[in-house]
Amino acid sequence: MNRPSGLLRRIIPFPLLFLALLAMWLLLQQSLAPGHIVLGSLVALGATWVMVALDPEPTRLRRPAAMAQLALRVLVDVFRSNLAVGTIILRGGRRSDHAGFMTVRLDLRNEYGLAVLAIILTCTPGTLWVNHDPARGTLLLHVLDLVDEQSWTDLIKLRYERLLMEIFE
Amino acid sequence: MTEPLEVLILGWSLTLAQVLVGLAMACAVYRILIGPRAQDRILGLDTLYVNAMLLLLTIGIRSGTTLYFEAALAIGLLGFSGTVALAKFLMRGEVIE
Amino acid sequence: MSTAPHLPLWAALLVAALVVAGAAITLVGSIGLVRLNNFYARVHAPTLGATLGVGGVLVGSMICFSVLQSRPLLHEVLIAVFVTITTPVTLMLLARAALHRDRVEGNPEVPQSDLASLERRDG
Repeated sequence: MNRPSGLLRRIIPFPLLFLALLAMWLLLQQSLAPGHIVLGSLVALGATWVMVALDPEPTRLRRPAAMAQLALRVLVDVFRSNLAVGTIILRGGRRSDHAGFMTVRLDLRNEYGLAVLAIILTCTPGTLWVNHDPARGTLLLHVLDLVDEQSWTDLIKLRYERLLMEIFE
Repeated sequence: MTEPLEVLILGWSLTLAQVLVGLAMACAVYRILIGPRAQDRILGLDTLYVNAMLLLLTIGIRSGTTLYFEAALAIGLLGFSGTVALAKFLMRGEVIE
Repeated sequence: MSTAPHLPLWAALLVAALVVAGAAITLVGSIGLVRLNNFYARVHAPTLGATLGVGGVLVGSMICFSVLQSRPLLHEVLIAVFVTITTPVTLMLLARAALHRDRVEGNPEVPQSDLASLERRDG
């Protein structure tokens, strides 16, 4: 934290959050007028100071290339799983016999990485994050098309978890 | 009817989309009504909120003003906090069905 | 009834296709809510509407308003980000609440322990 930009850090503790909030404010106002920029900066500044009180665990994002790759993979998978789940629903949804729970052992330990994985898995139709046990590192999830448990484990571990570990750990 | 073809195409597609979203909302209401358990009804309510948001967005496109976005955002926010509160309530196990 | 903003033909066709596709995907998801026969299977259904359904309509409206006002209008990005973050949270919470209730009631259709599937596989 005590880098040369220490003073800036003290005034704006979370620069990325500050910028994101300011951008949201300007998007909502649909304007780039100086008044809105000042007001948005004040709001964003207040919110970042509240975040200091919450004291989140610091993290450093690595490898932007891996992030882009992950985003692309998720986008492709959203389309693919939408198609798969849509087919299951339209073709005899009453026969959803293959749905079931399964458990996966995760090596990912970083909280933010786990949060991103939870959003990815739940956002792609067909997989649902149910419960993560941080002590054992196991994840309970529900899968709509649970024919081959191993292929789902591979999907999570090879397709997402490896990239998330590169980004967060 | 001297409207140009483009306006007709967009208008009728928007009508079609609104009918489809309306049917989707009917499905969600059906699930809210028949349950069978409290979690099914909450799931139906959550779907109803997202579908209502989509309906507002299509109305917004039709009107050509950005006025409806604020309404859609508000519906999304209320739906989210409402569903989270209801799910938390279920977790305590104090809901009488 | 069918009044709509006046867009150039290419934009009108593109917006029309995106909006109708988004609405159709949402409808498929909601049909799943009715047809699937088990609560945990039904939780998967609304994610169709919340991902590609919302996505289609939002991209359509982005194109529509960008062409109308001839400047990029990114209001929709806010809704997209918001929906992407909130939908998983509600579904996860709901699934956990349902699992908790089923476990308390001793429902045999849900695993009593998180490790049931691992134990079955590893023997």
